[in-house]
Amino acid sequence: MAVYKRTYTRYTGALTNERWRFLILPRYMLQSVFSKRFTGAAFMLALVPHLIAMVLIYLRGNATAFIGLDMPEAARSLGFLSIDGNFFLTLFAAETFLSFAIVAFLGPGLIAPDLANNALPLYLSRPFSRAEYVLGKLSILIILTSAITWLPGILLFVLQTSMTEWSWASDNVRILVGLIIGSWIWILTTSLISLAISAWVKWRTIATSALLGIYFVAAGFGTVTNAILDTRWGALLNMAANMRMVWRWLFLNESTYYTTIPRSFAIPAWTGLAAMAVVCAMALMMLAWKIRPAEVVR
Amino acid sequence: MREPGILQASAFRMAFIELDKLSLSLGGRPILKELTGSYSGRCIGLLGPNGAGKTTLLQTLLGFHPPTSGTARVFDLDIRTQLRKIRHHIGYMPENDAFVAGMTAIRFVRMMAEISGLPADIALERAHETLFYVGLGEARYRQLGTYSLGMKQMAKLAVAIVHGPRGVILDEPTNGLDPAGRIRMIQLVREIRDTQDINLIVSSHLLRDIEEFCDEVMIMKDGLIVTYCNLEEERRANRKFLQLETRGENGTFLEAAEALGCTCAVDTRANRVKMVLPETVEIHDLYRLAEEHKIQIRHLQYKRDSLHDIFMKAMEVGTANPGAKSQRLARPAGVVR
Repeated sequence: MAVYKRTYTRYTGALTNERWRFLILPRYMLQSVFSKRFTGAAFMLALVPHLIAMVLIYLRGNATAFIGLDMPEAARSLGFLSIDGNFFLTLFAAETFLSFAIVAFLGPGLIAPDLANNALPLYLSRPFSRAEYVLGKLSILIILTSAITWLPGILLFVLQTSMTEWSWASDNVRILVGLIIGSWIWILTTSLISLAISAWVKWRTIATSALLGIYFVAAGFGTVTNAILDTRWGALLNMAANMRMVWRWLFLNESTYYTTIPRSFAIPAWTGLAAMAVVCAMALMMLAWKIRPAEVVR
Repeated sequence: MREPGILQASAFRMAFIELDKLSLSLGGRPILKELTGSYSGRCIGLLGPNGAGKTTLLQTLLGFHPPTSGTARVFDLDIRTQLRKIRHHIGYMPENDAFVAGMTAIRFVRMMAEISGLPADIALERAHETLFYVGLGEARYRQLGTYSLGMKQMAKLAVAIVHGPRGVILDEPTNGLDPAGRIRMIQLVREIRDTQDINLIVSSHLLRDIEEFCDEVMIMKDGLIVTYCNLEEERRANRKFLQLETRGENGTFLEAAEALGCTCAVDTRANRVKMVLPETVEIHDLYRLAEEHKIQIRHLQYKRDSLHDIFMKAMEVGTANPGAKSQRLARPAGVVR
């Protein structure tokens, strides 16, 4: 109907599939995110470690070419570079921080504006459940952080395989599984925490501060706990340390796990995983408590 | 894509809302108390004082609060088991501001249409149409956060109707509007009401607004529906309502009038009497009675029950007659003798 026909008409046409309707939220949000130069640039910047890794893998795969180019020093230096679990561990330790930065920047602004402006009744009075709402918001962060973690990670793995032989892929399948699982663990943990904070703190600046506080203040508290009580379990309060433990466990062999980990964090990797699971459960509870179409004043 | 489970024309014959001992407690406090009834008005007004449970009833119908006991049906769909289907057919305009500040009106309305299940291209088309329809066509590319209160109300209405629902729930639609905005809103609601095949529920504190666009009225008090009446029938009722102002002791006069079959209510402070005359009694009979009982009729005018009277009466009757349906006032409002 043309715009000038100003009258109320019922809609009786076809409807879209309900199963994928939650993806409407990330579609709209991602359009907003990438319409701003700053966020677009920040996102591209977050891909830099992967680009560097890609170049290194390429050069390492073509190290012999440097001899042909009369650059034996370069070829020798690249010969020391080993594309293995440690290589991916270093890369994903860097990406852990960059993906956290993206989550910290975007996450607090996802739910807080809806709560501050009372938009939840509008979403939830439609055929759209609370779970779909949270899933929609969560998928914004998942899509963005996936694009700088496991998706380019798989590309790197494929690139390295193409540079060597299939046997490298079969020998290092642990890396492929590790980068996917590890990335998802980190993405879900950080995203859920940031959404939970966004649901509870209406002001974006305070929400971002709270998120940074959870990571950095809690980490400091964990270090102090370790120092005062002469224990290592305080490391469980440090989310980044927990994730590093998990990365090590996923990328390295069991035998090398304890030899490569700093003494203050030398606790079993599963405890770090459990700590993050507890945090995720708490975040989900906070979201379930707060994401309601109508607030009941008791 | 799939075809929606659309209610066809036959849906109009079914009740819009059916309440079946619907009870709701929030925080241990009973808010809705065993509401029962079947309501099929095209535009139902929901009236009641603050805290009567109007908004809570609307929100319960939308599934915002699960009923403590009993149930309700909207277009014959149970709110306990078919909530998602109900929400396909309902548009909701909440009482308070509801928007996303960082979005333009067109984006927000379009997104809401898409969430309701409309394909993206149709959602965009309908968002444009709807914003023009509510009078925000020229402002549709402005951010919602920059809108005035009146514009926000219109934007909420646009969000409520963009997906072309079968029923629309409007909670205080004229809240905070200036006179021109109020008139525009009333006009829009009337237009929507007069569109074929749509039902509305309008909650409001303002009796005048309800009178403007509703054909049936549900009055709530303390979580109960104390009165439900058809305003059209009330308006058409061929009953003789009078308001008299008398001087002198009118006790015996009123007794004599009641003996003739009149129904009387007295406001002793103002010495006013509201009276319903049966078909057999004429005005000159009252003058005759006044003369016989030595009182003066200083003022006399025909006065049917206004919505205000109905409301005041309902507030007086209160819990005495909960769940009354299609109840017409037996007596005009006032201090009942």
